[in-house]
Amino acid sequence: MEVTVNNLQEWIDKNTYHHSQFWDLKKLVEKKEKLGLTISLCLPTLNEEKTIGKEIILFKSELVNRYPLIDEIAVIDSGSTDETLNVAKNFGADTYLASDILPNLEPKRGKGENLWKAIYQLKGDIIVYVDADISNIHPRFVYGLVAPLIYREEVKYVKAFYDRPLAFSGNVRASGGGRVTEILVRPLFSLFFPELTTIIQPLSGEYAVRREVLEQIAFPIGYGVETSHLIDVHHKFGLEAFAQTDLDKRVHENKPTIDLGKMSFGILQTFIKRAKALGIFEKADHETILRQFQVTKDKYEQNLIEIVEEERPPMIEIEDYRKKFKK
Amino acid sequence: MKNLPKDLTKRLQSHREVLLANLVMIGEISSPTFQEEKRIEFLLNRFNEAGLTESSIDEAGNGIGILKGNDSDKAILINAHADTVFSNKTDHTMHVSGDRITGPGVADNSLGMAVLATLPYLLEQLDIKLKNDLVLLGGAKSLGRGDLEGIRFFLDNNKLDIGHALCIEGIELGRLSYSSIGMLRGEITCKVPESYDWSRFGDASAILTLNEVINKINDIRLPKRPRTSIVMGSIVGGTSFNTIAKDATLGFEVRSESKEVVESTGQTIEDIVMEVTSKTGDEIELDIFAKRSPGGIPYAHPLNKCARKVMSELKIEPRLAPSTSELAALIDKNIPSLTLGITSGDNIHKKEEAILIKPIYKGLAQIIGMITAIDGGHCE
Repeated sequence: MEVTVNNLQEWIDKNTYHHSQFWDLKKLVEKKEKLGLTISLCLPTLNEEKTIGKEIILFKSELVNRYPLIDEIAVIDSGSTDETLNVAKNFGADTYLASDILPNLEPKRGKGENLWKAIYQLKGDIIVYVDADISNIHPRFVYGLVAPLIYREEVKYVKAFYDRPLAFSGNVRASGGGRVTEILVRPLFSLFFPELTTIIQPLSGEYAVRREVLEQIAFPIGYGVETSHLIDVHHKFGLEAFAQTDLDKRVHENKPTIDLGKMSFGILQTFIKRAKALGIFEKADHETILRQFQVTKDKYEQNLIEIVEEERPPMIEIEDYRKKFKK
Repeated sequence: MKNLPKDLTKRLQSHREVLLANLVMIGEISSPTFQEEKRIEFLLNRFNEAGLTESSIDEAGNGIGILKGNDSDKAILINAHADTVFSNKTDHTMHVSGDRITGPGVADNSLGMAVLATLPYLLEQLDIKLKNDLVLLGGAKSLGRGDLEGIRFFLDNNKLDIGHALCIEGIELGRLSYSSIGMLRGEITCKVPESYDWSRFGDASAILTLNEVINKINDIRLPKRPRTSIVMGSIVGGTSFNTIAKDATLGFEVRSESKEVVESTGQTIEDIVMEVTSKTGDEIELDIFAKRSPGGIPYAHPLNKCARKVMSELKIEPRLAPSTSELAALIDKNIPSLTLGITSGDNIHKKEEAILIKPIYKGLAQIIGMITAIDGGHCE
């Protein structure tokens, strides 16, 4: 299926999963073994001692010991000053300092740096990235993301989305990402990359990707890494390479608005750089449809809102005005 | 003990993640008394995954899994209560640090449930095959007003021939309970009538009335032998600094080695309530919702001896203490039973309840040691 702005809903229906579809871990592991795939889990950290232990215990128990879905669990750290690395090591994860990987390169600090260096350090054919600050961690955060890659050869990049409200009134509810997604990224994508608006939560920090894709894309080391991945993978492999999985609720500390400002600033830089390189700004007429999401029962639908920003000229250009004020 | 793997504690340590993951997942499911369904469901999933074909949820809401033995008609029952003292509104997030796991209910009794959920897996990994059937019971409606309803239902209605039973509690490692003391548990609630006479300025308050009741209970003369005590466990009442308390409730428990003393003390409390009611004109309710009869196995019982031997092998210092928990229901059915603890912990029944990870392996080795000892016929 060639994906165009006209059949995005079809893409959403075909490529949007719920983690419960992959509950049969035995079947998943059998398929993985049949394909001879290896999977690495990368947990990028910076002072995550409160949550890292629980993540490792759960993943190791459920997805290494009981169902051997992942072949290595690696913590790649940006230089934590707390007990993150000790706790991680104690519970059996491989631990690395980002600065020790590819030491001849000039060191940079940021989450993207850890994700990028994981490609060099880890062995898997698939790398699944999970943030280390999730307090309601569950094995679904991993199997929900790798399953589409195992079951569908053509899928290369699987993105997580969350935050289905526990209670809502009426049959239709709004669904979407966080504040930065809805205020910044979704409007930007609606304007310049409408196909990417099909990704319900473009900034989620959890995704599983094939090595053949990871080694082909650049990594901003800061806030822009998720945005750049979407644009670059879309450019190189098309929307067909993506899938997304609903992982239900994700509990983590909420960031203050001032931090979201920093995040947005980083994302904008990444975005502008790519939009320029792809010649997007030169396009004569850009989109005027904002694409948001709503959920009807369990179906995710795009909500298309036409927003045309019409303008009036300076008053001085209006003849009647000039007459009245004798200008 | 002869059949036990020599490096049992160490081998158990190598399966640490499976137990701790079960503990975290169980701990994060809230399970107040009468609402244990989700925890029981989790337990059943674990039993099913471990291939326990005869696993089910009974009418009382208990979760039961049976690990079939090779050649015996007898069964060994392992029980852990599924409920905790925390409500659904409490944040049940578990925190794992280097040496401990913290979270509401982690010790009482998420750890007990996690051991239950993990036992089939551990026995398989250790290649331990039993002759007896091993019956794993996650008991519903155990605490407080639940009054052991779950386990009592199971004991009244199952068709199994249970030879011995072990109750598992998260803490404390070394706990060895083999007897149940007599107990009577209830609440006294004082209420100021709605038609309160304001001319009695400053005089009427549910708290003052309850205070009167408490003073009188405190004056009850208790015998030194048989040992008897009254625990005033909780008090709740009033709403703010400057409003006369409309109601106040005392939660109490009478404990005694003698059934007769429990009953006579209960009668005295009933008299006190009637006396204070008639004096103050306030409404006072006495609600006794749990009773236990004293009993148990003797100190020299083979099961008891066996437990002390297993503990001594593992260098666990036994701490003998009577129990008023599920053990009482088993004693009522004349099933030789013990309650054992798994690890050390602190802040019990607070939101910061915590257990230490390291002693767990010894606690587990103790449980597996006891199971194999009973199975081997060493506790007859």
